[in-house]
Amino acid sequence: MPEGTVNQGIGASVRRKEDKRFLTGKGRYTDDINRAGQLFAYFVRSPVAHATIKSIKTDKAAAVAGVAAIYTGADVANDGIGGLINGWAVTNRDGSAMHEPPHPILAKDKVRYVGDHVAMVVADSLEKAMSAGELVDVVYDQLPPVIDLASAADNATIHDGMDNNTYFDWELGDEAATQAALSSAARVITTTLRNNRLVPNAMEPRAAVAEYDEIADSYVLHSTTQNPHLLRLVICAFVLGIPESKMQIIAPDVGGGFGSKIYLYAEEACCTWASKKLRKPVKWTADRTQAFLSDAHGRDHINKVQMALDKNNRIIGLRVDTLANLGGYLSAFSVATPTYLHGTLLSGCYDIPAIYTNVKGMATTTAPVDAYRGAGRPEATFIVERTMDIAAREIGMDPAEFRRLNFIPNDAFPYQTAVALQYDIGDYEPTLDKALEMIDYKGFESRRAEAMKRGKYRGIGLSSYIEACGIAPSAVVGALGGRVGLYESAVVRVDPTGTISVFTGTHSHGQGHDTTFAQIVNERLGVPLDSVEIVHGDTNRIQFGMGTYGSRSLAVGGTAISKAIDKVIAKGKIIAAHMLEADDADIEFKDGKFIVAGTDREKSFGEIALSAYVPHNFPHDRLEPGLEETAFYDPANFTYPAGTHIAEVEVDATTGVVEVVDWACCDDFGNLINPMVVLGQVHGGIGQGVGQALLENAHYDESGQLLTASYMDYCMPRADNLPSMKVDHLVTACTHNDLGVKGCGEAGAIASPPALINAVVNALLPLGVTDITMPATPEKVWRAIQDAQTKAAE
Amino acid sequence: MPTVAMKVNGASVSHDIPDNTLLVSFLRETMGLTGTHVGCDTSQCGACIVHVNGDSIKSCSILAAQLDGADVTTIEGIANGDELHPMQQAFHENHGLQCGFCTPGMVMSAIELVEKSKNLSEREIREGLEGNICRCTGYHNIVKSVQDAATKMGG
Ligand code: FES
Ligand code: FES
Repeated sequence: MPEGTVNQGIGASVRRKEDKRFLTGKGRYTDDINRAGQLFAYFVRSPVAHATIKSIKTDKAAAVAGVAAIYTGADVANDGIGGLINGWAVTNRDGSAMHEPPHPILAKDKVRYVGDHVAMVVADSLEKAMSAGELVDVVYDQLPPVIDLASAADNATIHDGMDNNTYFDWELGDEAATQAALSSAARVITTTLRNNRLVPNAMEPRAAVAEYDEIADSYVLHSTTQNPHLLRLVICAFVLGIPESKMQIIAPDVGGGFGSKIYLYAEEACCTWASKKLRKPVKWTADRTQAFLSDAHGRDHINKVQMALDKNNRIIGLRVDTLANLGGYLSAFSVATPTYLHGTLLSGCYDIPAIYTNVKGMATTTAPVDAYRGAGRPEATFIVERTMDIAAREIGMDPAEFRRLNFIPNDAFPYQTAVALQYDIGDYEPTLDKALEMIDYKGFESRRAEAMKRGKYRGIGLSSYIEACGIAPSAVVGALGGRVGLYESAVVRVDPTGTISVFTGTHSHGQGHDTTFAQIVNERLGVPLDSVEIVHGDTNRIQFGMGTYGSRSLAVGGTAISKAIDKVIAKGKIIAAHMLEADDADIEFKDGKFIVAGTDREKSFGEIALSAYVPHNFPHDRLEPGLEETAFYDPANFTYPAGTHIAEVEVDATTGVVEVVDWACCDDFGNLINPMVVLGQVHGGIGQGVGQALLENAHYDESGQLLTASYMDYCMPRADNLPSMKVDHLVTACTHNDLGVKGCGEAGAIASPPALINAVVNALLPLGVTDITMPATPEKVWRAIQDAQTKAAE
Repeated sequence: MPTVAMKVNGASVSHDIPDNTLLVSFLRETMGLTGTHVGCDTSQCGACIVHVNGDSIKSCSILAAQLDGADVTTIEGIANGDELHPMQQAFHENHGLQCGFCTPGMVMSAIELVEKSKNLSEREIREGLEGNICRCTGYHNIVKSVQDAATKMGG
C-alpha cells in the first residue's frame, strides 16, 4: 500500500458504500418499482388446512369494475403451466425413490394448508383486486387436517399414493457401529429435543413486478429473490416454458432474506404468466399476514437422541432419529435442509467415532418448510449442544471441560467425521478459552449468588458450534441428490480509465457485498474503493450465478472474483511485457504496478488498462485487446466456521421472564475481509437465535389455522430483548480457497439457541427444572418451575 | 376526493386523494417518496415511521386526510443537502444497518428519541426503540449508533 493512503483492503473495517442510499431513503426495493398502466394482483388463499375444492365461482368477482382477470388452477392447467419444483432428491433407507408430489402454482383439486393459493385476481388497483377476491366463491369439502408432527404418519393422507405422509425416510452413518457403541457404553444419555417452527420474517415482504414485452416476446421480472439466475432457470425451464434468453430477472435492493427468498414462489410465476396474458405489467406485494401464511417457514423437528459415553466420559456414539415437518408441499431445498445439511453436522466439534441418523421428512397440512438462517445446521447444533449439557450434568462435569475433553484435537485435521464431512482445519480450544475469559466464566458463581440476593435465578450456558458453509463442491452436491451446481462466477471488467466493474452471481440483501467485494479488488489491484462497482442482481448484466445463502457469497463468490483478478493480472503482465519490451516471465505485479523484475522499468495499472483498449502495436497473434476476465469457481470442500457462544441469563421465577444479561462469543471465520461487517452479521444471527430460543413460534391450532400470523401474535425480538454482545474472533485460515475465508452469516443463529436454553436450564436447576422447550416464554418457564416444584414436593 | 394540503419535507403540496388514503400510501404512491417503507399490516414494525409536526408517527396508521395543514418530514427530508443528519451519519459510522429496510423508520424514531430526552441510558434507548423491528442487526449497532448520535446531537 502506498504510504499515506488509508487501508481499504482486506482486514479493514471500511464503512459501507451502500449505506448512503439506504440512509437517505434512496434504496430501491421491488415495491418501490411502478410501471405505467400496471395491474395489481391479489391471491385468494385457502382458509382451511385440508380440503378438496368442489367448485370455484368467479362471475361475481369478475363483474367488479376494474377487474382485468381472475385465474384459477383450471386456467393454469389449461395453459400447460408446470408446478414448483423440488431441488434436491434423496433416496429412502430401503433404496427406493423419495416421494415428490406435484405442487401447482394455483391449487386445482385440493388445498393443503391455510394460505395455499387458490385463485389470482388482477385489477387496476389493489383495493379492487382485494374486494373482488372476497367475491370469489370457493366451495371446499373439508378433509381432516394433519398438524401434529409426532402423529403425522398415522393421519389422513395428504398426497395421493404417499404412504404415511412420509416424503422420505433417509439415513446417514453406520447404524451397526452406533448401536454397538450404545450397547457397550458406560452411560447412555437419552433425550427428546424439539426444534420449534419459525417464520423468517425478512422486514421487506416478498414482492414481484412482472412485465411482458409484446414486441420482443420477452419478460422483465423484478423480484425480491436471493438468487436471480436460479429463479430464472426454474421459472423458465420448469414452470412457464419460456426461453431463458427471453427472461430478465432483476433483484434490486432486497430487504433481508434469511433463506425465505431463495425459492421461486407461486406468486412470482403467476404474475409473470398473467403479464403476458393481459399484456400489462402485473405487480404483487405481500402484506405481512400473507408473508406469515405463505413464506417458507423454518425448522420444526422432533429428535430422539441417544449419546453413548465410555467410562472416561468420552463420547463413543450418537444416534439421532428425527421427524422433520416439511409442510403441505416440498419447497425447493426442503429436502436438503433436514438431510445433508443436518445429518452431516451431528458430529459438531467433537471426535465421535460412530454416528447414525434417520430422518423422516413428513407432510403436514401446514405451510411448506425450507431453509431458514443456518438451514439444518442450527437444528443439528441444537441437538448436539443441548445433549452435551445434559450429559455434562448427568456425569457431574463442568460443561466447558466436558466439551474440551471431547473436542477434535487441533492436530487431527483434516478430520473425517463419521457423517461424511471432512473438516479441513480448526482449533476449538482457543475459541472456547477466549469466550470463557470474555464472559468471566470463573466469576460466574459469585454473580449467581449476587443475583439470588435480588431474587433472580442466574444461569450460564455454552454452545460450541461448527457449521458447513459455502455449500460445495458441485460433484458432491450432485452425487448426494442436489439438482444444481454450487459454483459461483465473476467477471472483472477493467475500463480504459482503470475503473473496475465486478459482476458477481451472488446477491446482497444486507450482507454488504458492495463494500466487501470492492475491498478484495482494492487489495489485489490497488484501485481505490470509489473506482470499484459491484454489480449483482440482474440476469441481463451478470453472466450466471447461484445467488446468496448458506454463507457462500465470500467463500465461493469472493474466491471467483479473486480468480478473475488473477486472470486480469496475468493478462496485464503480457500487456506490460509487450509495452516494456520484456519477457512475460520477467514481469511482476506489485503495489499496483507492473515491473520488469530487478529494474525500475514499470507501468502503472492505469497505463496497462488504457493500453488494453488502445492496442496500437499489439501482437494480435498472442494478445487480444480488452481487459475483462471471467472465472467460475467450484470449491473443493465446504468451509467450516466454528466457535463458542456463551449466554448469561437471569430468570424471574415469579413471572417466568428470562432476561439475557450478557453474551460473549469467539468465532473462527478464517480470514476476515471487513471485521465490522462480520461482527454485524454475528449480532444479527444472535438476534434471530435469541428470537428462536425465547420468543418466536409459528403456532398452528388443531384445525390448521396459523394463530401467529401477525406481529401481534408472533413475538419478534425487539431492541430491549437483547443485550449488548461481546464478539471476538480467532483465525485458522480455510485451506482450500484463495482468500482463506469461511463465512459468518449464520453462525449467530446456529450457536445461540442451545447456548440460551442451556443457560435457562442452568439457572433453573436449583429449582429442579432440567429441560425447557423453545421458545422459553415466560408462561412456559413459569409452568416448568411450578411443575418441578410440585414434583419435588411429591 | 378531498384535497389535502400539507408540508412535506419543507415543500407545500396539495393533492386530491381518496379519503381512505393512509399517510404512508400518500407519501409512497402520490408523492413518490419511497424511503418510507411498509413492513407489516398491524402497525407493529415501525418501518413506516415519519415525523408529523415534530412527533414520530407510524404513517401506516393515520389517514392523510387527517393531516391537512400538517408538517411532515420523511427520511428523504432530514439530510442537509449532501450532509447527512448526525443520526444518519452515526448509523453509517457504527454499521447500524444491513439490508436497510427498517432503517428509515429506525432513524426517524431515533431522532425523535434523542431530541426529546437527554442523557439516555442504553436501557432507555432499547426501550425507546421498542416500536421498531429490525431483523438484520440484532440491534447491537443500532443502539451504538443512537448513543453516538446522542453525543453528537448534544442529547
Ligand atoms: S408498516 Fe407501519 S408499523 Fe409496520
Ligand atoms: S437492517 Fe434489515 S431489517 Fe434492519
